[in-house]
Amino acid sequence: MKKYTYTEKKDTRSGFGDALTQLGNINENVVALTADVTGSVKMGDFAKQHPDRFFNVGIQEANMIGMAAGFTIEGKIPFAATFAEFISGRVYDQIRQAIAYSEKNVKICASHAGLTVGEDGATHQALEDLGMMKMLPGMVVINPCDYNQTKAATLAIAEYEGPVYFRFGRPKVPNFTPDDQKFEIGKAVVLNEGDDVSIFATGHLVWPAIKAAERLENEGISVDLINIHTIKPLDETAVLNSAKKTGAVVTCEEHNRLGGLGESIAGFLAANHPTPQSFVAVNDQFGESGTGDELMQKYGLDAEGIYKAVKEVLAKK
Amino acid sequence: MKKYKNIEQYPSQIRRDIVRMVHDVQSGHPGGSLGTVEFFTALFFELLEADPQQFKINDKGEDIFILSNGHITPVYYSTMARRGYFKLQELATFRRLGSRLQGHPSVHDGLPGVRIASGSLGQGLSVALGIAQGKKLNNDSHLVYTLHGDGELQEGQIWEAVLYAGAKGVDNLIATVDYNNAQIDGKVDDVLSLGNLKAKFEAFNWTVVEIKEGNNLEAVIKGLNEAKSLTGKGKPVAVLLHTLMGYGIDFMQGDYRWHGKPLNDEQLTKALAQLPETLGDY
Repeated sequence: MKKYTYTEKKDTRSGFGDALTQLGNINENVVALTADVTGSVKMGDFAKQHPDRFFNVGIQEANMIGMAAGFTIEGKIPFAATFAEFISGRVYDQIRQAIAYSEKNVKICASHAGLTVGEDGATHQALEDLGMMKMLPGMVVINPCDYNQTKAATLAIAEYEGPVYFRFGRPKVPNFTPDDQKFEIGKAVVLNEGDDVSIFATGHLVWPAIKAAERLENEGISVDLINIHTIKPLDETAVLNSAKKTGAVVTCEEHNRLGGLGESIAGFLAANHPTPQSFVAVNDQFGESGTGDELMQKYGLDAEGIYKAVKEVLAKK
Repeated sequence: MKKYKNIEQYPSQIRRDIVRMVHDVQSGHPGGSLGTVEFFTALFFELLEADPQQFKINDKGEDIFILSNGHITPVYYSTMARRGYFKLQELATFRRLGSRLQGHPSVHDGLPGVRIASGSLGQGLSVALGIAQGKKLNNDSHLVYTLHGDGELQEGQIWEAVLYAGAKGVDNLIATVDYNNAQIDGKVDDVLSLGNLKAKFEAFNWTVVEIKEGNNLEAVIKGLNEAKSLTGKGKPVAVLLHTLMGYGIDFMQGDYRWHGKPLNDEQLTKALAQLPETLGDY
């Protein structure tokens, strides 16, 4: 298996913030909105460099979403950012009517997603957002895996015309993807080719999936490992080809097993190539307080959990 | 100095369109539509600096109107058709399968004149704020107009936007409230009173214009022009438009039960008898 290494752990939200500052310099139509969490979503540099195009709306997420939709009518490309929980469920109706149904070019930037927001607890741990967003017709849903990929994805969605739900997080995670990568929306990234089992991972679960794959390969189990950074549109070709090759699938995500990547893949394969599948996901529960690492371990969203899921699905083959 | 010399002929004709559209499909919202006919006539034929023939979904530098209480599509569609946004005959497709005239305004279906979907209440003022601030970034001095139901002001998002607009001095915005004291379940005062609405807007740093005779075309044109003259002075402008739900038809006027109820055949005949056909039915 190809060796993946990193020199530094970095947070995906910083990949977003750094790319946004860059975008501000190259595209004068980019405007940034946040709801009193400028520092947390790493918009500070953009705000400093482009104060006229930066809108801190106060603690008003619903108003922020409506405003973002309005800005598109003036030809702007609004990036609206706050915590994932507060820019998904809290404003679902606003996103549905003013952005998705109205086909507005808004980038909904959801930071602090999932269990890894940590100590703040379940009120702040969005585990249902991917499901809610992928159900909206026309919504693109993206969940990159590390700093470099988040940065590349931020630049890519600015070029894409249409609504995007863009999910990233708070913890510092291994930054292993190339600095100069080209991000293609809807195109899965194959990290390792193998024949025995397919592992489809997204977001913060990609690195633990690499670790699990290394252990499995050492045991002689050949792993087809794929980073699904775009939940919707799903790269169906990549999923189908891999499932046909291996006949066993494990999906990994920092999300409720209901509504997430695993469900998308299961639904697609059920209709096209029924395949045994194991789900590494939160099992229809709310999270709780703890460190990010503790929580990921407790809920089985780590290399150990992925390893076990592979063993489980191989037994079903 | 009216832009349309026969502007006074529109209200009766638009009212005929409204009752005929709603009767034809046996659904829709005639009450608030009938009550705001003078507002729509004044806005679209007198105030709004916009080109119906060259409509683009994204602004090209013109006044923008956002309908926030999206259910009053009958008056919205009729006025836009008669202003030339689309063919009058298309009114006959209202709420029918495959129509661009959806029950509530949509962008998805490509009807010229509509730039945002509405129907789920309370969202239009926020959208207008994005447009208004976008116009400032674009150095475009045109205005943004919105219309809201008074019942709609019970939605919390409205007050987020009211607070924001006042605090940030978004002064290229005129938000009109259809102040008819009627909502689905009864009088606004009974369901959830808005209290002193003028004082509320003023407390949020808005300039308020009251149009006491919201069903008098002259008064509405005068009031909206006054509102327009108050823009660009550091504050958003609110217009409290006193209207009667169902105005213009004696058995509907002032009755909240006509919020979302179609007329039957007999009622249609009685209604049309009270409304001269001034410009030709669709």
